[in-house]
Amino acid sequence: MKHVVVIGGGIAGMQSALSLKKRGFDVTVVEKSNRLGGKLLNWHCLFPSFTPATEVTDTLKQRIADSGVEVRLNAEVVEFDRHHVVLADGERIECDAVVLCSGFTLFDARIKEEYGYGIYDNVYTSVDIEAMLNKGRVELKNGGRPRRIAFLHCVGSRDEKVCQRHCSKVCCVTGVKQAIEMKQLFPEADVFNFYMDIRMFGPGYEEMYREAQQKYNIHFVRGRISEAAPTIDGRLQLKAEDTLTGRPLKISVDMLVLLVGMRSNDDNARFAEHSGLQCAPSGFMAPADMFLSNVASGVGGIFYAGAVTAPKSVGEVLNDGAAVAEAVTGYLG
Amino acid sequence: MAAIDWGFSINRPRTIDIDNNNLRKSDEILREMPELQCCIGCGACTASCTAGNLTEFNFRKVHTLVRRGEYQGAYEEMNKCMLCGKCRLLCPRGINTRGVVMLIKRKLGDF
Ligand SMILES: Cc1cc2nc3c(=O)[nH]c(=O)nc-3n(C[C@H](O)[C@H](O)[C@H](O)COP(=O)(O)OP(=O)(O)OC[C@H]3O[C@@H](n4cnc5c(N)ncnc54)[C@H](O)[C@@H]3O)c2cc1C
Ligand code: SF4
Ligand code: SF4
Ligand code: SF4
Repeated sequence: MKHVVVIGGGIAGMQSALSLKKRGFDVTVVEKSNRLGGKLLNWHCLFPSFTPATEVTDTLKQRIADSGVEVRLNAEVVEFDRHHVVLADGERIECDAVVLCSGFTLFDARIKEEYGYGIYDNVYTSVDIEAMLNKGRVELKNGGRPRRIAFLHCVGSRDEKVCQRHCSKVCCVTGVKQAIEMKQLFPEADVFNFYMDIRMFGPGYEEMYREAQQKYNIHFVRGRISEAAPTIDGRLQLKAEDTLTGRPLKISVDMLVLLVGMRSNDDNARFAEHSGLQCAPSGFMAPADMFLSNVASGVGGIFYAGAVTAPKSVGEVLNDGAAVAEAVTGYLG
Repeated sequence: MAAIDWGFSINRPRTIDIDNNNLRKSDEILREMPELQCCIGCGACTASCTAGNLTEFNFRKVHTLVRRGEYQGAYEEMNKCMLCGKCRLLCPRGINTRGVVMLIKRKLGDF
């Protein structure tokens, strides 16, 4: 039986493995952490339906357990070609094809020093908010309830200053989702989203945005915050331009949430160099073709699924998993 | 002795200061017409507006400023509207724009 190795046990890796197994391949998932699920393990509820992320990860994990797919945890892939995958401890796994599902890297908000992440209290990232929601406790550093909250879109995306020109696609939707969640927890608070463009690309997203405006009275201000500074009473003062009125604007808030972007996986360049693959200018893996072979690499026997090739939503990532099984079948026959 | 005009003056800051603006009126306006918060700033209203084509009047900008607590001059600006309703035919978010004009005039007559 032909053997396919799937690198990465996030949702892309799990769905790819399940679809490949269904087509009769012998499949091994190699995951560097100690559990399957990838980034989704850190998210609380998924936009736009507010479905608990565990519903997706637990279901996929159960299907993997029932499927007979071999899972190798705590196993980091350091290099590969179409016939071998090499692990950090030197072990080589033989195979007939490889599907790279190593996902993305989160932007480190400390790099945008002007927003004070890691410097001032009560500056959080969207990832921190998901963690707090998971713990069931969102609060200020002093344990208090925020009365005014600002979200800032495009942190680490669409920004030459940090070498990230691309749009991370999911952060606008995440920002609107989290703004609603904050209003549900703190109905008395005023919530402001500072955005550059609002990108609501999927079904139900625009509707959620409208609900955030009309039902939750969330204020959307078009303009990028230029800096955050602490006030004498321990709050944060923000400056931006309200570009729709053409006037500078200042506001102090109790909590600032930075919507961090998805950047390309740190390993991509190394993998590309070793295996003869192409990276896009954004650093994400470049598929062989944008339309007809968007899960194939330029190298026979090496395939992609999920956020390793671009920022994607959960639904898109899962579709990649099914598509890659079709492509691998075409290659291995 | 007549005051000497040195030619200097102090500009009022142009910054919208959310902390010091009184947002009570704008909250009231949004509570009465929550749909106004749905504006996506597309400008179709202003593009179609005859008053806006002939004067400085900009319906989108005036109601955006009102939502930020900037009321000064809003009443006078809204008086330029002829209530023709063209903007309402265009607004992609279905905002009752003429209703907004009337509401702002009713709430902000004193500013
Ligand atoms: C803040 C935030 C919130 C989001 N919320 C939503 C939402 O509500 N709804 C939605 O649709 N999408 C959301 N997304 C997008 C979603 O997180 C991604 O679509 C999804 O995580 C991509 O899955 P993936 O499997 O491709 O990558 P990942 O989740 O990154 O998984 C990659 C896996 O590969 C493993 N791996 C990496 N390198 C190696 C290696 N060398 N060897 C072995 N294993 C390796 C990693 O450990 C990881 O388990 C959100 C994204 C962010 C940033
Ligand atoms: S999805 Fe929105 S917040 Fe994210 S990078 Fe694109 S425009 Fe910015
Ligand atoms: S109703 Fe008023 S704001 Fe609207 S198009 Fe007519 S004049 Fe302009
Ligand atoms: S047409 Fe409607 S959505 Fe567009 S700017 Fe005017 S009020 Fe806002």
